[in-house]
Formats: sequence, structure tokens, C-alpha cells
Amino acid sequence: MTMDHRYHHLDAVRSTLSLVIEPIRQVINLPFSLASDVSENLSSRSTLLDKNEELRVKNLLLKAQLQKYAALQSENMRLRELLDSSFKVGEKVLIAELLRVDLDPFTRRIVINKGSNDDLFSGQPLLDSEGIIGQILQVSPFSSTAMLITDPSHAIPIQLNSTGQRAIATGTGRPGELELLHIPSNTKLAVGELLVTSGLGGRFPAGYPVARVIRTLKHPGKPYLEVIAQPTAHLQRSREVLVVWPTTGPAPESTTGAK
Amino acid sequence: MPTHHQGGFVIFASFLIAILLTILPLPTWAQTFRPEWVTLVLIYWCMALPTRVNIGWGWIAGLLLDVTLGDLLGLHALTMTLVAFLTIKLYQRIRVYPPGQQALAILILVAMSQLLVLWIHGITGTTPGSWTYWLPSISSAIIWPWLFVVMRGARRHFRVT
Repeated sequence: MTMDHRYHHLDAVRSTLSLVIEPIRQVINLPFSLASDVSENLSSRSTLLDKNEELRVKNLLLKAQLQKYAALQSENMRLRELLDSSFKVGEKVLIAELLRVDLDPFTRRIVINKGSNDDLFSGQPLLDSEGIIGQILQVSPFSSTAMLITDPSHAIPIQLNSTGQRAIATGTGRPGELELLHIPSNTKLAVGELLVTSGLGGRFPAGYPVARVIRTLKHPGKPYLEVIAQPTAHLQRSREVLVVWPTTGPAPESTTGAK
Repeated sequence: MPTHHQGGFVIFASFLIAILLTILPLPTWAQTFRPEWVTLVLIYWCMALPTRVNIGWGWIAGLLLDVTLGDLLGLHALTMTLVAFLTIKLYQRIRVYPPGQQALAILILVAMSQLLVLWIHGITGTTPGSWTYWLPSISSAIIWPWLFVVMRGARRHFRVT
């Protein structure tokens, strides 16, 4: 039976069974959603005004940046068309909320409140405003389980933002730590270096921030560096996540600076 | 012999509450101490009503737990089946033990189920890699005497037979 699961024959059974579990999840989440509703309703007028003002300023700034971005995007598309690549920008996104539910403390998994009724599928990437959070593992009609990038069984193909060198970042199971695999010890790697998704494997859209290097350790006896990075996304704090429908294929090999 | 069962919903509700407690959000330091509620409830019912709650209940409870935790389907179903089997084999002994000794037996049963889960996780490639993995066994044993009293109260109050 366990073996059978490996070939995903039981996904339908699982999603039916999860309907039984769904009320339990909702019951647990209820006090938390109520509390946040109440605190929103009770916040004073001046705080709301302040917040409104702050958001307006932020919106203006973002709009200004967006103008530049739009120009860049069209330029980028034009250049890519010249190169005959199938790159497309503009993914469909959906905002989902986290259910306050604890799973196994030794894995890094979360439950979100959208499921196959919203056309989510297994393997779909999850983002927040700062970067990649993880990917969806199992979907049931009204909720789905997702794996964070820090889960010990998760690996994500990444690229160093400065040199374009590709690598794989796996989760460690510790909150806020990723490890890069097989980085040759002669690689130039600065602390604070940004790692972005490379789009290889076709699961995550290319070019999204994943993590920043916080520590590198050179073991004299080993051929590889030990590199620890910290996710840029707020894995422990986000209440809302973005579910993305990627329309991009893997980034074309010939155009990314392969070194 | 007329078998007159009643109070099936109490058994079912106790399992649902156990699952609820399993995924109830706790502060991070307390998460590793969380007792294995479903295993404990299963052991209690197998001891109290061995003719009623048996391996089948264990299997279903385990399956629901798998779905809840997003684990491999069948992992907890297997371990719960084993726990139910052993409890039904041993209930005549464990029942007459004093509470302290009972807790010790529970420690062994829960630790065994955890070992099985650890093996299967090991085969599929996700081992926790920390000794705190075993804390639930200990907390389960510690909480057992109180759980026993509560469950017995519920069983007598609702006259579950």
C-alpha cells in the first residue's frame, strides 16, 4: 500500500478521505480567523487612516516602479522574440490563506485554504511578496497541503544571481535554513549573495528570489563548499500565500549565460 | 448471546477529538512534546472494549491520521493496526496493572509504533535526525493515567458497551 502511493494511484482516495478531515481543520482554524476578524473590526480610526496613507504611498512607489518594469518587460519580450524563445511573462495567481494547523514537527509543511475546487494541482509553486515559499504536495477539494522549501525532502533548482551558476538548494528541516548541494570549493560566493530560481525542471517559474547566502564553510578535505542560505520569503510569518500557475517553460538553455 | 452495542458515536467522537488535538497549533517548544493522542485513544478502547474496538478501527483511525498529516497513505494505518493487535493480545494483563506500570506498558507500545513510523520514513527518505523524535512516547506515557480516568468517565457516563 505504501509502495502503491509512490505511483500516485491513491490520490483520489486521499482527496475523498480528506473531506472527513476538512471540518476538523476548519474547527481548529475558527478561533484564529475569528480573532483576526475581531481585531480588525476593533482597530481605531486613526490607525486605519495611518495605514491607508502608508499603503497609498507604497502603492504610488510600486506603480512608478511598475512603469519601468512594463517598459523593461516589453523590451525583454522583443529581444526574446528575436531569439525565438518560448518565454512568456504574466502568470496567473491566486491568493490563499494558511490554515492554523500543526503537522509533523520534523517536516516543514503547511495547509492552505484553497484546493482542487480552485484548480490547484500538485506541484504548483507558492510565493509570498519576498520570494518562493514552497510547492503544493496534495490537493483535496477545499484545502491542500504544501511543502515549504525548508522541508528536508524538498529541493529547488536555483541560480546564483551574480554569476548565473546553477545549483540545487535543499531544505534542512530547520526553520530558515537551506543548504546548497555540490558547490565546488573554488566557487566565488559572497555572504548575502541572492539565489533565484533557475526555472530548470519546469516546476518553478524562473527568476524569482529564493534565498540569500548567510554562511559558507570550507572543509579542507572535501571537494564541495558547505553553503547555508536563508529564504527571502517569510516562511514562518506569512498568513497569505500566492499560488502561481506558471506559463513559462524551462528557461531556454542557449540564452542564459551558461558558464 | 444477545450483543447489545451502544454509544458507537462516543468512540467515533473520541477519535475525532484525538485527531483534532494532534493538529492543534502549539508553540514551537511544545510541539515536540505532543503526545500521540490517536494511539492513546485507540489503546484505551482496545483495552476497555476489546470485542468492540479492534484492528479495523485502528486501521480506519490510522488512515484518517495519514490524510490529516499529509503522510504516506497507509503509514499510520499500518502502525495503528499493529498497536491494536498488540493491545488486544495484552489487554488482560495491562488492565490489572497499577497506573504507573500501565504507563510503562504504554511507553513501550507508543515507542514501538514510533519506531515503525521511523523505519518507513527512513525507507522513503525523510528521517527526523534528532533524539527529540522520541519525546512523544514519554509524554504519552506521562499523560496516560489522566487520559485513562477521563476516558473511563466518558465511557461510564455514556454507557458505551
